[in-house]
Amino acid sequence: MHILTIGLSHKTAPVEIRERLHIPEGELGSVLARFVTNSPLRECLLLSTCNRVEVYGVSDDLEEAERLIPERLAKETATPLDLFRDRLYTLTAEAAVRHAFKVPASLDSMVLGESQILGQVKEAYQAALRAEATGPVLNTLMERALSAAKKVRTETGIGESPVSVPSAAIGLAKRIFGDLQGRTILVLGAGKMSELAAKQLIADGGSSLIVSNRNFERAIELAERLQGRAIRFDRIHEEMLTADIVLCSTAAPHYLLRQADLQELIWQRRNRPIFLIDIAVPRNIDPAANQIDNVYLYDIDDLEGVVAAHRADRAREADRAALIIEREVVGYLRWLQNLEVVPTIVTLRERLETIREAELTRALARLPQLSHEEQEVIRAMSRAIINKVLHQPTTELKRQWAHRDGRLYVNVLRRLFGLQDER
Amino acid sequence: MDLVFFYAALILYLGGTGGYLVLLFVQRAHISAFATASTLGGLSLHTVAILARLYLTGRPPLATVYEALSFFAWATALVYLFLEFRFQKKLMGSFVLPIVLLFTFIAAVVPKEGVGPDRVPGAWIWLHVGLVFLGTAAFALTFCVGLMYLIQERLLKSKRLSPVLFRLPALEFLDRLAYKTLAIGFPLLTAGLIVGAVQAHARWGSYFSSWDPTQVLSVITWLIYAMLLQARLTAGWRGRKAAILSIIGFGALVMTVLGVNVMSRGLTAFH
Repeated sequence: MHILTIGLSHKTAPVEIRERLHIPEGELGSVLARFVTNSPLRECLLLSTCNRVEVYGVSDDLEEAERLIPERLAKETATPLDLFRDRLYTLTAEAAVRHAFKVPASLDSMVLGESQILGQVKEAYQAALRAEATGPVLNTLMERALSAAKKVRTETGIGESPVSVPSAAIGLAKRIFGDLQGRTILVLGAGKMSELAAKQLIADGGSSLIVSNRNFERAIELAERLQGRAIRFDRIHEEMLTADIVLCSTAAPHYLLRQADLQELIWQRRNRPIFLIDIAVPRNIDPAANQIDNVYLYDIDDLEGVVAAHRADRAREADRAALIIEREVVGYLRWLQNLEVVPTIVTLRERLETIREAELTRALARLPQLSHEEQEVIRAMSRAIINKVLHQPTTELKRQWAHRDGRLYVNVLRRLFGLQDER
Repeated sequence: MDLVFFYAALILYLGGTGGYLVLLFVQRAHISAFATASTLGGLSLHTVAILARLYLTGRPPLATVYEALSFFAWATALVYLFLEFRFQKKLMGSFVLPIVLLFTFIAAVVPKEGVGPDRVPGAWIWLHVGLVFLGTAAFALTFCVGLMYLIQERLLKSKRLSPVLFRLPALEFLDRLAYKTLAIGFPLLTAGLIVGAVQAHARWGSYFSSWDPTQVLSVITWLIYAMLLQARLTAGWRGRKAAILSIIGFGALVMTVLGVNVMSRGLTAFH
């Protein structure tokens, strides 16, 4: 029995190739069903995200599985095998297990600590469960990997710090306002940058969005796309009285908001704090405004500084995460060992017990004159022989299993003793 | 006998303080659980100590320096644990527990006995001391919250980002909490001072004596907090200025309270 992973990721293949191999969520079930029918794969799981396509499998015939999976992938996605064959990586045994643990914990992701991958792996697992394509080996692997990933998220800071300008802005906004439920976000400028940043700001839901732009039509368009409302540009000062966050990204060549304006504004707001995000270049808001109490102003450089400062943190937390993952990998490997080794030991013992019983019965039948105590001595001897004979092989088998050739020992033992066919 | 429990509480508070301070830098579930458990344990033992004192002396334990400070520390710890339970913002503990610890420690080193029971005044004195110290406990929290606010505000404004910034509660939360504790502490302090003034009138013939440093300080402190409350409500003074003022106010309050005992010549001293 072998575990293997075959696939490609952002590390080995560009997006043009990855997107061709993408398998939509709805089709996962049927593709999986085809993967396990008439195939050397006993168990199978498919993970297909925008950054990776991977097949996790359990098979008794490793070579056959390694040959088959790329072919099936090519067929299912109508992509010529030669196009991506050299982009594939193949991992087996311990390496495959480690990879399976690293992926949902975001340690193999483009952005360390990203939170999407955990949900994606969970969905892939559930699709595989529904298609009944997995069995005990992958089920336990996935469940432990998912719970380890959760542990990594809660026990390390890996997911905490922001890695993009908009997420840095959100993090700062939360420092000021707590969560963003019920907050009002005013967006000045309806360009691409505004849209990207605004989308992230409202992503958590619960906040209302107002868009304004010199060109009112553009403002309306953007507002519709983001489910907010649009206002005319000359009305922005009114809206600023009640907005909590103001995102500025207009093409104005001069300051739209000067320090004096903001001083007046904060006074009119009776000092209710306001968070100004100025991602325009040249800047829309006079940087001196940051000196005003209860006004928090961050420009594009400030936000990028936040992101940079956190990159080092994430790397450090990733090291800690790797340690947690390693412990979990060891635990799983031990479980797997018990799965393989224990049945063999049990079967061996059963075989020896059968022999013992038979011989014991025959011997005692020839010695009818023995007293009960004397019979007991014979019985005890037979048990002791079996136990002592078994002790060394059992211990050695368990010890060897952890090593590369461990499975070999199991197979040899089964063959030598004529236990059921090789696993 | 009650002192055994008190000292044990002090040790547990020490553990709790240590736990919360470590939590500022390192976030682990078991450190967090330890800090809370240690503080809770300390509070329980402290409660026992106070009740034991009550039983032993047959009167509310608010008559001596030791008793008053102990009560203050107890009330502060109690309110803090309630807030922690309600809001789960454990980092507040890093600020509040040192104060609890400090005053428990001071209480531990001052003489435990006041003058004997023959000098025990009427029940009004307990009310005065009790109310004032309950108010002070609330203001201790306003102080801590104000301190946390200032730290975070400075970090945000200067754009210097340390991990601590991301662990402190949000500014709005701190500001609202500061207001709530202020709104609780102020009536308590006011009531306590009124009781004190009435008592002063009953015993010495005048509501207020400008020769008594304690009374003067009390009034100054009260005025600071009154100003703070007023400014918040009407002029929309919030955030930084309010935080600074609440820190000054608490400073004045502490001076008043400690001064009461140092300046034993004053009328209202514990004697």
